[in-house]
Amino acid sequence: MADARLAASRPLSPHLQVFRFILTMAMSIVHRITGGFLYVGTVFVAVWLVAAASGPEWFARVDGLYQTWIGRLILLGLVWSLIHHAIGGIRHFAWDLGYGFDPKTANLFALFNLVAGLVLTGIVAVAAFIFA
Amino acid sequence: MDKSFRFQTSLKHARGFGSGKSGTTHFWQQRVTGVAALLLSLVYVVLLIKLQGDDYPAVVATLGNPFVAVLMLAFLGVSVWHMKIGMQVIIEDYVNQPLLRVLALMVNSFFSALVGIASAVALIKITFGA
Repeated sequence: MADARLAASRPLSPHLQVFRFILTMAMSIVHRITGGFLYVGTVFVAVWLVAAASGPEWFARVDGLYQTWIGRLILLGLVWSLIHHAIGGIRHFAWDLGYGFDPKTANLFALFNLVAGLVLTGIVAVAAFIFA
Repeated sequence: MDKSFRFQTSLKHARGFGSGKSGTTHFWQQRVTGVAALLLSLVYVVLLIKLQGDDYPAVVATLGNPFVAVLMLAFLGVSVWHMKIGMQVIIEDYVNQPLLRVLALMVNSFFSALVGIASAVALIKITFGA
């Protein structure tokens, strides 16, 4: 390992906090964060499925927890994460194919990702409310 | 030999012979599972909406439908793999301490496997009508 004093005297490369805030940057980190939420969120799906497989008592217990307002809030957050991450994924596919790299398109698509994610989450929430 | 006289391109190294000996495997798996998860998540969201307000027998009947079970198993399978290799990148980016990094990567594998197996066992049990 490098000597600590030597490492400290080296010039540091510009880090996150020196950059001006831009939308594409924010959407990049939100893509990663929503991915992290979904990672943890799979526990909710697995527990719910295992409860359903374990019989009506277990299902009622777990489903009851999910029906509380905090449970519903978490599930709504996960639905948003899924939709936002999915649209973010489409952006990544576009970049992989070589499209959308110019700043104007990149910014527009980033804004679209944010707005469409929220709107679609709203639509899913309303649809779920109607079906319930 | 001068670089300009070589017919080899760096693609050779990218295809399975980079320093990690895995080339673009990780990148490609992330895309394939991403496309699959994108399509299957549409089914998943529709299913979620449909199941709202359903009682236990109705939920089990829906999940036990072979078409639903197959699509759900596929969705959970690709999602678990997608999230496993995704979290691997996050750990590799942020966890620098070697021992901690190895432990985090292991926990990531264990967690992903556990979630995948639990969901799969539950779905299979329901669809085989237990």
